[in-house]
Amino acid sequence: MSNLVEVRNVSKAFGGVIANDDISIDVPEGQITGLIGPNGSGKTTLFNSVVGYHPIDSGSIKFKGKEISKYRVQQIARLGMLRTFQQTRIYGNMNCIDNMLISVPHRKAVFFDMFKPYPNELREKAEDLLDFVGLYEKRKLNSGDLSFGQQKLLEFAMALMNEPELLLLDEPTAGINPTLINGLIDRLKRANTEFGITLFIIEHNMRVIMNMADNIYCLAHGELLAAGNPDDIQNDQSVIDAYLGAH
Amino acid sequence: MLDNLNLLVLAPFLNVQLLVDGLFIGAIFALASFGLALVWGVMNVKNLCQGEYVIMGGYFAWYMGAQGIHPMLAMPVAAVGMFAFGWVIYKMIISRVVEKDMFTSLLATFGLAIVIQQGLNLAFGPEVQVAESGYSTHTIPMLGGSITVAEIRFYSFLICCAFAAAIIGFMKMSRMGQAIRATAQDVRAAKVMGIDTEQVFAFTYALNAAVCGVAGVLISMIWVIQPFYGITHSIRSFVVVTAAGFGNFPGVIMAAFGLGVAEQFGGFIFGAEMQQVTVVGALLLVLIWRQVQMARYRQAVQ
Amino acid sequence: MTIVANERADTVEPTARRMITPNDLIMFGAIVLFGIVGPLLFPNYTFQIAVLWLMVLFAQTWDVMGGQMGYNSLGNIFFFGAGMYICTVTQIGLFTDVGLYTSSSDGGSFLFTPDQYYIGVAVGLLFAAIGSSLLAVALGWIVFGLRGPYFAIGTLGIALGAGELVGAWEWVGGGGGIPIPVYPGSGDGKSFFYYCLCFGAAMATFVFLKWLYSTRFGLAINAIRDDEEKAEAMGVHTMRHKTVAWAISAFFLGISGGLFGNMTGFIEPLEVAFPAPTFGLFMVAMALLGGKGTIWGPVIGAILFHIVKEATWTYFLGWQWVALGVIIIVNIVFFQQGIVGWLQEKYPAWFGIEVEERPSGVKGAAE
Repeated sequence: MSNLVEVRNVSKAFGGVIANDDISIDVPEGQITGLIGPNGSGKTTLFNSVVGYHPIDSGSIKFKGKEISKYRVQQIARLGMLRTFQQTRIYGNMNCIDNMLISVPHRKAVFFDMFKPYPNELREKAEDLLDFVGLYEKRKLNSGDLSFGQQKLLEFAMALMNEPELLLLDEPTAGINPTLINGLIDRLKRANTEFGITLFIIEHNMRVIMNMADNIYCLAHGELLAAGNPDDIQNDQSVIDAYLGAH
Repeated sequence: MLDNLNLLVLAPFLNVQLLVDGLFIGAIFALASFGLALVWGVMNVKNLCQGEYVIMGGYFAWYMGAQGIHPMLAMPVAAVGMFAFGWVIYKMIISRVVEKDMFTSLLATFGLAIVIQQGLNLAFGPEVQVAESGYSTHTIPMLGGSITVAEIRFYSFLICCAFAAAIIGFMKMSRMGQAIRATAQDVRAAKVMGIDTEQVFAFTYALNAAVCGVAGVLISMIWVIQPFYGITHSIRSFVVVTAAGFGNFPGVIMAAFGLGVAEQFGGFIFGAEMQQVTVVGALLLVLIWRQVQMARYRQAVQ
Repeated sequence: MTIVANERADTVEPTARRMITPNDLIMFGAIVLFGIVGPLLFPNYTFQIAVLWLMVLFAQTWDVMGGQMGYNSLGNIFFFGAGMYICTVTQIGLFTDVGLYTSSSDGGSFLFTPDQYYIGVAVGLLFAAIGSSLLAVALGWIVFGLRGPYFAIGTLGIALGAGELVGAWEWVGGGGGIPIPVYPGSGDGKSFFYYCLCFGAAMATFVFLKWLYSTRFGLAINAIRDDEEKAEAMGVHTMRHKTVAWAISAFFLGISGGLFGNMTGFIEPLEVAFPAPTFGLFMVAMALLGGKGTIWGPVIGAILFHIVKEATWTYFLGWQWVALGVIIIVNIVFFQQGIVGWLQEKYPAWFGIEVEERPSGVKGAAE
């Protein structure tokens, strides 16, 4: 099994604060990889480095064997790597269907595609996916009027609409009603198995990540603390210490 | 154009002359630009009538000069008058656009610029005016030629320096200055800490108008004023602030000097009628340079 | 991939706001009717009504960028002036030497035959449209890395600088301007000829934009307006869309510039071709007055603005410019959503927008 993303010796500092120090991570294709760590351990910084929100100080980031650490956000997105935001970002003035339609995979578009109308298949697919996340009833509402949790689901559906090869999710369950979390876990797993999307997930909720992930990396103080399958991580003394503050 | 370039190569003292002139002009640009940087940084208002405030200040000096009062004395009058004017404008217009998106403030101040231009035009006519300071011009022999320095330029340079020092002192020492700096960092936090941000905004905006007014008094004595010349001054301020970033006072001064010198050389090489083009050219260059710079951080200029 | 669908409607409905509603047809019919009957009823105002159509075109083309895409340009007037100069130079250059023509005050002794005139106008307008679009593409490289205020100031700088540069360019007449080739016919014939072209250009712009907004393009530029960073993160070709949007604006503005130059009969850089403080600001004000980001807003705003301006202009006794500035400020500060925007908020159902029924008072609290 090949690695979709290979992060090698990446360091990133903000002023004097070292957010990532010599981090190396692999995201294998077709699997769910988790990234955990206490607050301020540099998880989101690593995410942002991978998707191109800021430059890295040193190291290399490869996606499908291609060096992307100098690319801009939209170039990386067009390679088939997508991210969702910790603070949900949707187009608040559009209804849900439009939000879905605008998320078609643009990397496959040629120049004159932009003057085409949306065919009914795409509309159907949009409705199917909205149905998949349970937002079909709300499809004609302005997405800005949805609740935070619903917006989060919508953002997830938009990401699926884009048919990415790799989806990076920044705390997908934060702010979601606990009763809905099981449904969300189920959908994430199905996105992985049915749609064949590789997932790379930042998550604070241990129960969620241990349930889903095939591999887990744990960061603390900007350094890679441990890596392995969920059982290893759960029993790793350094991880437990980091979470309990003994580190 | 090539002749002019040749002249510069053949006569080094000319370069010195242009450099000195540029620095003297740049000092005044620095004043107006500092006002913009302040308003931009503190309340996120892009004041597009910056140049009109400068020109208004100039008309204070010109009017008093025409009444037989020395235009230098217009400086405190212009400062107080423009402060009051800025305060009124803030209460009437700016306070209502601070919270809205940036284009609202930009467009509202652009509309205001047109009102001021036309108002000045109705009041004083479209003629180009100079406030006569009556100071003499000195010649300094140098580098085999001689550079001329008008006394008024030298005085205005000193006044700019004094004014800049006063503002820096005010921002560092006074309570209002501290409140302004706190508000610039985080409006909400300042509000929570009990700073009356509304008051700070009004004061900042009025202070900006006053600083522009002083700059205008100097401009009217060493240069010319005309009701419609304001937009060029506005663009100058934007060039300087864009190049320096709005939290960076030394940067503003350096960029203003740079713009002053660039303009003098541009005006000499391309001809005086191309002055506005030189300013706009500087604007585009700075914007392109900022994009290249930000691209290295994988960001857009915003 | 298989998705288990719950019970739901079989048909896929098109999104309501992209359909042509009966209201649209009524409005459009009324405007076309006025366009045909207007000059017959008020023959003395043919020129004014023709300018009205150009104003409608201005507001619409500004709205492509400012309203639909969120890129507030203060320099769109540049393409108006560029089109004007390209058209004029083409009209002259096809049949005689441009430098010779522009260097003499009366356009030389060169006389255009009717055939030469009409061919010149046709080719000139075509070149004006294409040339302006190409300029937009070229300038896009410079300005589309800029956001928000930097974009607005940068474009304003381009418009101001262009006026000065053309003023220094002797080949196109410099600051002295160029007299336009004379229309081979009566004055009434000329105003009718250009009235038809102006009206046609405005309507063509409207129909084209109405179609454009119904394609993927419309949705994409709306996405750029709502959250460009998100659009980038989703892989939207933002640069491509921005450039094309500007080129489309420039295309129609170029035509309008060519037309206006021919109507006035004399062009010069600062007051006629690149008047950033007048036409340049009007196009923004009109779009805002009507409601930016809507298909009808710019049209209604332009019509209202132009009628009010023309009707009251002479009564201000020299204060008209001040009054105009005040009106613009009041419009921006107090009535930003514009007429159509306000209606849309008040009666969303008219525009096919669905709102969730909530008990009154709770709305907004859910956010």
